[in-house]
Amino acid sequence: MKRYTIFVITENFIGILNRITIIFTRRGINIDALTASESSVDGIHRITIEVTTSEEMVVHLVNQIEKIIDVIKAFYHEDSGVVYQEIALYKIPVARLDGSLEKIIRQHHAKIISAEQEFVVLEVAGHKEQTQELLEILKGYGLLEFARSGRVAVAKRMRTIDQYLS
Amino acid sequence: MKEESMIRGADIVVQSLIAEQAEIIFGYPGGAIMPVYDALYDYHEQIKHVLTRHEQGAIHAAQGYARVSGKVGVCLATSGPGATNLITGLADAQIDSTPLVCITGQVAAHLLGTDAFQETDVVGISMPGTKWNIQVRRVEDIAPAIAKGFYIARSGRPGPVLIDITKNAQVDFGQMNYTPCLGFRSYKVHQPIDPNAIQKAAELIKEAKRPYLLFGQGVVLGKAETELKFFLDKTGIPAASTLLGSGALSEDHPNYVGKLGMHGNYAPNLLTNQCDVLIAVGMRFDDRVTGDLKRYAKQAKVIHLELDAAEINKNVKVEVGVLGDCKESLSMLTEAVEQGSHPEWLGKFRELEQMEKEAVMQHDITPTKVGLTMGEVISQINRYKADDAVLVTDVGQHQMIAWRYFHYKKTRTQITSGGLGTMGFALPAALGAQLHDYSRQVICVVGDGGIQMTIQELGAIMQTKAPVKIVLLNNNYLGMVRQWQQMFFDKRYSFTELDNPDFIKLAEAYGIKAQKVTERNTLTESIEDMLIHDGPYFLEVVVEKEDNVFPMIATGCSVEEVRLS
Repeated sequence: MKRYTIFVITENFIGILNRITIIFTRRGINIDALTASESSVDGIHRITIEVTTSEEMVVHLVNQIEKIIDVIKAFYHEDSGVVYQEIALYKIPVARLDGSLEKIIRQHHAKIISAEQEFVVLEVAGHKEQTQELLEILKGYGLLEFARSGRVAVAKRMRTIDQYLS
Repeated sequence: MKEESMIRGADIVVQSLIAEQAEIIFGYPGGAIMPVYDALYDYHEQIKHVLTRHEQGAIHAAQGYARVSGKVGVCLATSGPGATNLITGLADAQIDSTPLVCITGQVAAHLLGTDAFQETDVVGISMPGTKWNIQVRRVEDIAPAIAKGFYIARSGRPGPVLIDITKNAQVDFGQMNYTPCLGFRSYKVHQPIDPNAIQKAAELIKEAKRPYLLFGQGVVLGKAETELKFFLDKTGIPAASTLLGSGALSEDHPNYVGKLGMHGNYAPNLLTNQCDVLIAVGMRFDDRVTGDLKRYAKQAKVIHLELDAAEINKNVKVEVGVLGDCKESLSMLTEAVEQGSHPEWLGKFRELEQMEKEAVMQHDITPTKVGLTMGEVISQINRYKADDAVLVTDVGQHQMIAWRYFHYKKTRTQITSGGLGTMGFALPAALGAQLHDYSRQVICVVGDGGIQMTIQELGAIMQTKAPVKIVLLNNNYLGMVRQWQQMFFDKRYSFTELDNPDFIKLAEAYGIKAQKVTERNTLTESIEDMLIHDGPYFLEVVVEKEDNVFPMIATGCSVEEVRLS
């Protein structure tokens, strides 16, 4: 079992996400995280899926995804083959703030992106281990809400999206 | 605003089907598809419609038509229950790579998602069971969707397509200028064959002492029957067929050694584990073919000629994968290999075949017991059938026996539900196959369990006068399940015995000539009568109640553990 990032380059048609996720459901594979958004090319979507499974299974999943009529290309990489980032938001009550927070913010390269009368929102970008570490700390500050994105990633391999389209 | 040249969406549907050269639609009307049915009224000279008695019957008929003709089968149904009744057929066509375009009506676009009368999310429901599907909500999207649907259904590895059209799109007016689909960027059909892979494969074959070829339906779908024959003629390699591959090579071919799988022949299964090079052509190593994968052909170097990239290395790890159309790859490979012959190795197949003949076939074909066997019925059919007779079977014991003993000489003569194992498939599929060509002999062999799942289609046979020859092998049991209960569940026959209706009266009620055989001495004559009869015919043969199908590779066993009894 290893962590893999699956990339899917696809037409942006209704139901495409459903078509992809049922491939995982059918084989009982849990999706750790999923990010979908428009790519640099008009009408083309890019979906990044993180899974923990065997290489044999990830090959099989990618083959099945690529078989979907509207999918242009699917491929996968191990963590070492990608540059990736996640973003996390932490909502903390103002009442619990004290002098120690400055140190925490500096140590974790966090930003205050919103300060309201009752709460502040911190933002950290990084790998899951980093955002998790800060989460554990901020639980001691009466954390109100926490949200973490799936990974956005680019492959280290030198290929452009246009090469998949031609 | 309606311009002079505009026509209704429903007319666009029908005209698009005609533009795709569809000759026949199998369907069932209902509220949300009524505008299309209304349009059909005007086109009855250009396109035929067959009213089945259930939507499942319609889609299986379309499958039978598609399988025998190589064309796209077309199916029409209404929304809600009409659409959901297609699901079994879609799943069946998906796993057996049958090209279909199914058009369903849908509630008007403004009602979508409101739980309107007969509204169901058929696009969602059918997503995993179709090659592609789409919902069309605007009249201008109808023709492009149908064009794309036909292209997807018939190209690459064929499969079923569902197009769901809302009622407003059917009644709105739009322009009809039909442009056939010739491809699009996310779907690449033609893969050039890698010459290096051919070279590597040819080298393996050259070195091989005991090469062995397995062929599947891919040869039929790729229209590569001649290429397969040329390859075998040149190399002298023994060849065995999968369930759906039968017919791709005449069984009279000197290299033909039999059938693969759970109830296939003894030698082809056993010797899979003794060959040194295994060449698989247009087949997908289904579990019913391989048995226990951990003990499947481990000694062999595997060459896989396959169109679908996802099938290569899926179940069996290959030495050489040759991706692409096997019509092309087979002829390239034939060029690359040397003339050869393998008399000793082929002799081994013949030796084991003799063992099977003595241990199994003799009993099946010329039984000594009183009761009739399914095997003798099929062997009598062989005596009188036409060379290009089409055999349509259902699922169960009769399916395996009919497959084992039917003498396949021509391509597209084997129509059965292979991957999905859909009981109830045969009767409507035989109707569809027959409607492609009234003059072709279509023999529908079916069990007493399966026929009752779609028996209402006797009505469609009556109405179309399709001269289908229905052979009911009646053992008053769900025979295959009973066999398993006998072998693996201590003979606890849990809910497998059937109290059956009087099938003869039932067939006669539909105006179909019917006859019942209970004694051996009238069997031959009855089969002859049936095959020369002009029109549909129903022949019930009462067979031995508790006969078993052998050889057999039990679940979890290896191909070399194939049992003769």
